[in-house]
Amino acid sequence: MSVHEFKPDLPPPSSSLGVVGWLKTNLFNGPVNSIATLVLLYILVPPLWSAFQWIFLNADWVGDSREMCTSGGACWVFINDRFGQFIYGYYPVELRWRVDAFFISLAVIIGLLVYEKTPQRAKLGIFSLTIYPIIVFFLLNGGVLGMEPVETHRWGGLMLTLVIAIVGIVAALPFGIVLALGRRSEMPIIRSFCTIFIEFWRAVPLITVLFMASVMLPLFVSEEIEFNKLLRAMIGIILFQSAYMAEVIRGGLQAIPKGQYEAGEALGLSYWQSMGLIILPQALKITIPSIVNTFIALFKDTSLVLIIGLFDLLAVGQAALADPAWLGYSVEMYVFVAFVFWLFCFGMSRYSIYLEKKLHTGH
Amino acid sequence: MNQATNPQPETVIELKGMNKWYGEFHVLKDLNLKVTKGEKIVICGPSGSGKSTMIRCINRLEEHQTGQIIVNGTELTADLKNIHIVRSDVGMCFQHFNLFPHLTVLQNCCLAPIWVKKLPQAEAEATAMKYLERVKIPDQADKYPGQLSGGQQQRVAIARSLCMNPSIMLFDEPTSALDPEMVREVLDVMVELANEGMTMLCVTHEMGFAKQVADRVIFMDRGEIIEENEPTSFFENPQSDRTKLFLSQILNH
Repeated sequence: MSVHEFKPDLPPPSSSLGVVGWLKTNLFNGPVNSIATLVLLYILVPPLWSAFQWIFLNADWVGDSREMCTSGGACWVFINDRFGQFIYGYYPVELRWRVDAFFISLAVIIGLLVYEKTPQRAKLGIFSLTIYPIIVFFLLNGGVLGMEPVETHRWGGLMLTLVIAIVGIVAALPFGIVLALGRRSEMPIIRSFCTIFIEFWRAVPLITVLFMASVMLPLFVSEEIEFNKLLRAMIGIILFQSAYMAEVIRGGLQAIPKGQYEAGEALGLSYWQSMGLIILPQALKITIPSIVNTFIALFKDTSLVLIIGLFDLLAVGQAALADPAWLGYSVEMYVFVAFVFWLFCFGMSRYSIYLEKKLHTGH
Repeated sequence: MNQATNPQPETVIELKGMNKWYGEFHVLKDLNLKVTKGEKIVICGPSGSGKSTMIRCINRLEEHQTGQIIVNGTELTADLKNIHIVRSDVGMCFQHFNLFPHLTVLQNCCLAPIWVKKLPQAEAEATAMKYLERVKIPDQADKYPGQLSGGQQQRVAIARSLCMNPSIMLFDEPTSALDPEMVREVLDVMVELANEGMTMLCVTHEMGFAKQVADRVIFMDRGEIIEENEPTSFFENPQSDRTKLFLSQILNH
């Protein structure tokens, strides 16, 4: 009887490792791929290089007027000069610390919520959805504890964009869940109500919703209740986005096999227990990419509020273009605004990818 | 209606003239069945004969339209309270296990005890570990269902049902979705359960299991109970031609 001798493990050939290996397998894998790589490089490199030159090499960064912009590249002096307005809008300069406090507390809370080892994360989550928004409202709006009131029409810039986007995101998700469950309900009245609601809001453009919210709503509501313009825009965005969210989540609910519902029923769980413990966690998990997609769309759609006279980041930027001292620097403004939007949206996207990986349980 | 006031003490499940339709389709026809405490019943029959539908009616996963189903003295009606009483006393295992993929094995087992029976978490976990040991997979407690083999998943599903401490267990083709070499480990658990005196209704084509543990074998076709008998007579001396044909088809392959 012979004993089989297993061969020892050897390292892979060096040509498949490192930079050379990567280039070989990804860019120069055969003659066709090599030609394609070279052609694409030929097409892509010049514009990327000139963009790089414009943004970085030939750009002017410091100064206080357009006379400083002499290098022919981007004039970031303009952005620098208007930076405060981009961030705070028309919030009074001496009260900007209140906005800073909002930014810092928001960053800390989001950081703590995202970090998994935070103790009492669930309690912090509840706090951030209940008490925290009230504190932030009074902090930004003032009028209590001797803080000078700052009406919402003076809010603007990135701060306003963030306020609208976060309120929209945080409210649209639960409303969307309820609407999605309602649309799948076996109770005809609830089902038809949710279906009509979703189909109505999903079928109108957001711009019309915002117009209706700002122009028509005051006609319907009695004059004593003076509705704030920002609040009206927020309600419009929430109704609109929750309809979208509902359809995204409904897709997830439909993907859950019937057996999961039956297993829950057979164990004696009630409808809400089944939904909350079994169905929704799975449905939300598989819809993370679409939910975040909707969040990102919502974040960018907030810039539409400029048409009803709210000064979000983009609107502040456009207003700055009208300043005679800075005429002709619109490209810089749009690049900057796009970059800020991109930062936030990219962050959301990365977090969603991380979340998907974390929640993957091998099925 | 209220014949449950004077039931035979040992009857735990009773179907009386039960009918069910899917739309126009008459799927269960005038079923009458009494199951006594501790009885093991194997239900077999060709696919589409209504055997799964029948046991799914017993914990109201399906609704019957006429006739009565009485489980432990509680009649199943649209009354949610009765349904809840019945379900908390009847465990069920499915062909495709239906474990919750987003929860670990231990969490799968603890979920219902914690939320339905309101047990404290430590107690629920202790119970869960006890049953996981009984189905011989305590070492998998912290894994997710997707990381287990089919046989292991089905054993977890059995443990999950047992954690609710049911007096009746329903099995809906528990081994049909398994690879052949895993059927044995699931059947072993079921045999053990049967030997401990659990009342069991099993829809299965495992005739070895039927011979080994069943008190009665029921043969169904086209929504009717064609024949019921104790296993030896059922296999050796089937009465109806339909049963003979069925047995010849499943036993001689």
